[in-house]
Amino acid sequence: MSPLEKGFLLLAVVKMIAVFSMVMVGVALLTLMERKVAGWMQNRPGPNRVGPMGILQPAADGIKNFIKEETRPVSANSFLFLLAPALSFIPAVMLIAVIPLAAPLPVDFDTVLPLIGRVAYHGLMPIAVADLPIGFVFILAFSSLGVYGIALAGWSSNSKYSLIGGLRASAQLISYEVAMGLSLIPLLLISGNASFSDIIARQQQGLWFIMPLFLSFFVFLISGFAETNRLPFDLPEAESELVAGYHAEYSAMKFSLFMIAEYAHIVTVAAMVATLFFGGWDIPFTHWDERGGLLQTIVTHGFFFAKMFFWIFFVMWIRWTLPRFRYDQLMAVGWKILLPLSLGYIMVIAIAIQVIEHGFGWTDPRAEGLSLFVLNLVLGWLVFWVLDSGRVVRGIAPRARSAAASGRGN
Amino acid sequence: MTPRTIEMELSTPTLDARGQVRNVPLGVSRRPSESVNDDFGAEHMLVNIGPQHPATHGVLRLVVELEGEAVKRVIPHIGYLHSGFEKLGEYRFYNQIIPLTDRTDYLSPMANNVAFALAAEALMGIEITERCRLLRVIACEMSRIISHLVWAGTTGIDLGAFTPFLWMFEQRERIYNLQEAWTGARLTTSVSRIGGMMADVPDGWEAGLQEFVRTFPLTLREVDTMFTRNAIWCGRTQGVGVMSAEDAINYSLSGPMLRASGVAYDVRKDRPYLGYDEFDFDVPVGEHGDIYDRYRVRLEEMHQSVRILDQALAKLKPGPINVADPRISLPPKSRSMSDMEAMIFHFKQVMEGISPPVGEVYFGVENPKGELGYYLVSDGTAKPARWRIRPPSFLNLAALPKLCDGALLSDVIAINASVDIVMGEIDR
Repeated sequence: MSPLEKGFLLLAVVKMIAVFSMVMVGVALLTLMERKVAGWMQNRPGPNRVGPMGILQPAADGIKNFIKEETRPVSANSFLFLLAPALSFIPAVMLIAVIPLAAPLPVDFDTVLPLIGRVAYHGLMPIAVADLPIGFVFILAFSSLGVYGIALAGWSSNSKYSLIGGLRASAQLISYEVAMGLSLIPLLLISGNASFSDIIARQQQGLWFIMPLFLSFFVFLISGFAETNRLPFDLPEAESELVAGYHAEYSAMKFSLFMIAEYAHIVTVAAMVATLFFGGWDIPFTHWDERGGLLQTIVTHGFFFAKMFFWIFFVMWIRWTLPRFRYDQLMAVGWKILLPLSLGYIMVIAIAIQVIEHGFGWTDPRAEGLSLFVLNLVLGWLVFWVLDSGRVVRGIAPRARSAAASGRGN
Repeated sequence: MTPRTIEMELSTPTLDARGQVRNVPLGVSRRPSESVNDDFGAEHMLVNIGPQHPATHGVLRLVVELEGEAVKRVIPHIGYLHSGFEKLGEYRFYNQIIPLTDRTDYLSPMANNVAFALAAEALMGIEITERCRLLRVIACEMSRIISHLVWAGTTGIDLGAFTPFLWMFEQRERIYNLQEAWTGARLTTSVSRIGGMMADVPDGWEAGLQEFVRTFPLTLREVDTMFTRNAIWCGRTQGVGVMSAEDAINYSLSGPMLRASGVAYDVRKDRPYLGYDEFDFDVPVGEHGDIYDRYRVRLEEMHQSVRILDQALAKLKPGPINVADPRISLPPKSRSMSDMEAMIFHFKQVMEGISPPVGEVYFGVENPKGELGYYLVSDGTAKPARWRIRPPSFLNLAALPKLCDGALLSDVIAINASVDIVMGEIDR
């Protein structure tokens, strides 16, 4: 193996370990953050007993989950029962691997390490575990694997609540997978590439995709919520209906794996929203971040983190605000609104790009982005007007205010 | 796999040679499944919701027959909290029954206390004092508010919205603090006595209630913001669990359940007690009879209760809280320790109780959950010959299978929540 190959592998391993530990520690802290956010919204302090301001709460929870008894229903299918948490956990953690976390770092070394020998690396190192040219497809493929873990968990537990949860999860995840995939096609149409670095580069040249592709963002965000199995889409584990749904029979660390998977999904969805629609690590209104260097890498990572953090917060905010959908409403939203919307949107964007680039001949990304933004303002207004006036989903439009409470006075 | 026979289906399932229960095949509708307790392979699946379940509001057990998510049948099973209150009451003096009423509808204990005292007083023909009457109105309306707060909060949780629950519980705590200041207990208040109250409110208590009355509508407004026009909330509640006015009457529903269906029946208006006819308040009435209307009706009732509390506080004047008759009201402790006659009355009352004339009485009041009726039969002794409760939740719950007609599993939870049951009162 040549020194360059060794250098590449060495850096890949280092990045892998770093990103994996970041995700795991991040997930642990997210559980604390969630409880703090919930406390904040509900006028209560949240966890504050373990360590200063409850900062050690995740550690306490982790230890508790490790030392708890592992129970298994006697009639569960033991192999699948064991496999399911792993199947749920692994894809969730894998997803973050292809997302660029910061501007590429110029690395230049040529040295001899003990045991390994001579290692060398010259050039820009992408700050992602694997900057795959098909990053996009990778994400779609792996996020759809998550459904197996949940469906198998629901089925193998041999419990009715779990079974219903598993069935709901399969239907929900598959439906929203479709809308999620389709909502991202317009991005590919504009950027012309499935690699995340290129999508970010395109957003740096033009506008952040939130502006020219607002409806994509809208559909993606909703499908993302559905993918994370959280309120208002937490039907598979709907506490008040199915007790805990697909993980009702799980205890201790196996249960923890499901929780970690859920939070890892939140991280991934937030990271994807930040990357795909908010320019990833891009710092707006400056080209300083594109020059490369250690400082740029650190600062851009800070920016990426801030964007991601906002969306993580947003996910929690929604969770503690909204009630839960019903099963048929969930399906209606997925198949009757999001799917046609994203399909139609692909057509509109494809035609619009054709007209803008070849009809008007505006090939400058910024001009193209702005004209699409104007188109989106019109489309967005139209779509929300239709959705809001109750023409699509029956029963969702609130009744006239005078309906109830027509008082009978003295 | 060989086809199984009817005999095998009916035989008791056993463990296999390795002591393992055999695994369940999924989705095989033709073949009976092979596990211990299963209808997994059957066309319909029976699911037990409760008695231990996050959304059964106590220990209600619903056996739900499911076809996929669609509910084919709902059978409520009750009795897990049976305490025999009615029978216990036959071995108690009238005043001793009051603590039992705390524990029936434990979400509005004060209203039950007052209702029982009213029933016993009707039996004995006692006129209560003005201050006592107003304090009882205050107790009833405070109970209505806390009961509806619990209802709205837990229904929110059942539909997945957790946050407003805690906002409402914060307000409920304020009333509990007031109850604690008044009676020394937060839940088992036992606030009323035959012919009066167990104690007058402490100094400064009225100001505390005034403050609550002033600030509580702000929370109601927040809850209104979170729910009333929320698309998901509307989608989950509108048109779900519909009960027509006619059916509601036939099922003998009462309270908000009945009024949401469009029947303007409120005991406070129709058979006024405690001088409710003097108060200026409206009875909110729904028109669709679905969960959404029940929610709107209860929310509005809280506003109306605030109005009543406000008026009652304005009318409240210092004065005696117990009737002057020493055979009915215990003399003050200081007097019974120093005055011979007072001590005799104390002794007679504690040892012999209060004996009403022979007769029977049904007294209905508008409890938060509906019409609560106490039926007392007296044989002239100090203990009732019969004491029966007409618990509103019990009768409202009886309509659950009808309400769940054509519902989905999630709807059953929402509908069950909308009925506003409390098991202490149902099982008694």
